[in-house]
Amino acid sequence: MSGPSAVPDEALPLVFVERVKGALRLSAISPQARAVGLAPGLTLADARARIPALAVADHDPVADAAFLERIADDCDRWTPLVALDGVDGLVLDITGCAHLFGGEATMRTRVTDHLQRHGLTLRAVVAGTPEAARALARCGKGGVVPEGREAECVALLPISVLGLPGETVTGLSRAGLKTIGDLASRPGTPLAARFGEELLTRLRRTLGHEDVRIVPRRPLPACIAERRFAEPIARAEDVEGALGLLIDDLALMLETRGDGGRAFEASFFRADGAVRRIAVETARPSRDPTSLGRLFHEKLDALVDPLDPGFGFDLVRLAVLRAEPLAPAQVNLDGRAIEEEEVGALIDRLAARMGRDRVLRFMMRDTHDPARAASLVPAADPPAPACPMPEEGLARPLMMFDPPQPIEALAEVPDGPPLRFRWRRVLHEVVHAEGPERIAAEWWRQGNGAPTRDYYRVENREGRRFWLFRIGLYDREPGPPRWFVHGLFP
Amino acid sequence: MRATHDVSALRQMLAGLEAERLPGASSAFSLGAAGPDGVLANTLARGALHEIYAAEGADMPAASGFALALALRAAQDEARPQNRPIVWVRQDFLDSEAGRLDAHGLRGFGLDPSRLILVRARDPEQALRAAGDAARCSAIEAVLLEPWGEPKMLDLTATRRLALRAGVSGVTFFLLRMAEKPSASVAVTRWLVRPILSTPLAADAPGAPAFAVTLLRHRGGLHGHAWNLEWDHESCSFRDIAPLSRAVVPVPAGKPARQDAAAQEATGDVRPFRRTG
Repeated sequence: MSGPSAVPDEALPLVFVERVKGALRLSAISPQARAVGLAPGLTLADARARIPALAVADHDPVADAAFLERIADDCDRWTPLVALDGVDGLVLDITGCAHLFGGEATMRTRVTDHLQRHGLTLRAVVAGTPEAARALARCGKGGVVPEGREAECVALLPISVLGLPGETVTGLSRAGLKTIGDLASRPGTPLAARFGEELLTRLRRTLGHEDVRIVPRRPLPACIAERRFAEPIARAEDVEGALGLLIDDLALMLETRGDGGRAFEASFFRADGAVRRIAVETARPSRDPTSLGRLFHEKLDALVDPLDPGFGFDLVRLAVLRAEPLAPAQVNLDGRAIEEEEVGALIDRLAARMGRDRVLRFMMRDTHDPARAASLVPAADPPAPACPMPEEGLARPLMMFDPPQPIEALAEVPDGPPLRFRWRRVLHEVVHAEGPERIAAEWWRQGNGAPTRDYYRVENREGRRFWLFRIGLYDREPGPPRWFVHGLFP
Repeated sequence: MRATHDVSALRQMLAGLEAERLPGASSAFSLGAAGPDGVLANTLARGALHEIYAAEGADMPAASGFALALALRAAQDEARPQNRPIVWVRQDFLDSEAGRLDAHGLRGFGLDPSRLILVRARDPEQALRAAGDAARCSAIEAVLLEPWGEPKMLDLTATRRLALRAGVSGVTFFLLRMAEKPSASVAVTRWLVRPILSTPLAADAPGAPAFAVTLLRHRGGLHGHAWNLEWDHESCSFRDIAPLSRAVVPVPAGKPARQDAAAQEATGDVRPFRRTG
């Protein structure tokens, strides 16, 4: 599979090369190249010797993976359960969705048509288990396996499609077991004893005797509302209008469940296969259409690269990624619940517009290191259990510099407070000083070598108050002492 | 002579009219210090826009501290819901220029850090918009807006919008500004703040935060006053600093030590608020 951009010359057979152990080898080839007798795995030199006129491009596995992800995103329009299969396959779990698209056969045709329109070549198989479908798609021609007939359909496939380790395949071939049908006709116990339980599991699943669900690449939403448009919509007002209707639908669904959503995601499926997702989180469970509508509006407004409708969106989906129980709010006598609700709504609105990491709240850490004592966490996160703040000790500045800013200081005695210091090209004369407060480094984090800091609270002649420290002790720790200003008092 | 008399009479009348429109005692807050409270007498309004000016960048910590102290004073009323959050909107650039807010420092100043919602704005525009949103939320106690420098967009219209929103929601709005010359705004009060030497504690340690504040503008016509105030974080209130009670001039190095001691003793007796420990 290759991205559409990597086609240098239409007329020549195209090959993709990859460096394997120092030699350039073909990793993927075009149908034309296959027709003239090339095969993947050949070295480029050999291939050139056979067919001198070759179009060669570098194999780019990252771009391939990204392309597959994009197709998988697009496949979300049929089912939320999509998984990647290797580097060139997708598995869709269509249990319970096929009837929405006119049955399994019709759905298969529609999926195939849709992807072929985007220039892809593919084989699609509908079968009872993911493994059976996968084996058939990789070897067969595609189609729909009638219910319960998986064993017959896969019987003639080679055992290599089971995805077993190389030595197992070799071992089985030596024993004359070349097809899945051969394996299926044998008693299981000796096979398991010789080749491991894994073989039997895969065999059972491929034959349709055992069924396990796929692991979808995206978490399964708690509930979904979606609108499909026969004619793609492109105007921003239409898109927001559609979103508003979906929010109403979703609010109703959440209310019946007695839940509120914490994380919402709107997916906009473009007619040409591109998918854009917009996520919104709330500080507390919510199902209020008005505030949700406003949050999405803020988010859409604040997008750095705006929602590009291209030729229009033909499907808009709104999903609740995380839901939590939400009882109907009971108003306290003092109206406290309403107030908390309002503050939560404000935080959500600001976070949706400015980003979660810009609306913050303090969380205390249990440490004596002043630089690490408090951290800022997004206010939209649920409040963590508060770490008790240490009893009020010595004064700490209101503003802190991160990192501390170096100053030139002159102290009267080696371990004393500075007499005067120069910071930002201004000389400050110290009038009052308190200290030192000696703060040692956290040896369990920074190792033993980190120097000790002596902190001083000083006031200059103009009444400006600073928090200074000297790094390193005279004579006891290596290097000359250096002074820094770490904070400012009001 | 007569003309000036008329003008001053007119001024007084206007001031009286303005004062009538000022809120009643229920939605006014005080500073807690006898000096300014005696003059201002319940004219500092909640749900209004107040401006705090720093003359230069180095005075910003003092201005921020004074604004926070005012916000804490505004929040202090038995009849009002307690522990409502305070929103502080700061521009990113301030973090490197004036330092970032510290939780321990906030607590040391009298504010429980968990009450603070800190909004970090990329530019003045974002800051103004966020603060405007916060000012509309009536569940917020106070909003502090701290842009860097003197942004152009913070003009008369912008301040009027903020003041209107604050008036509707009842949120007290504090606008921190840094400029040599105040620009036009509709603020109810405008304070110029600079730090002054604190009353030293034992062993010559710097004392409680001390400010020299000047009321540049007051809706009720009480501008022009200046006070020296000290913030007491334990009682969350200001205290007057008696101007004569402090030895602000250190003794020159050449003078004999005896005189030094005598001077200390003399001033030590009249220091009214000396803290122990």
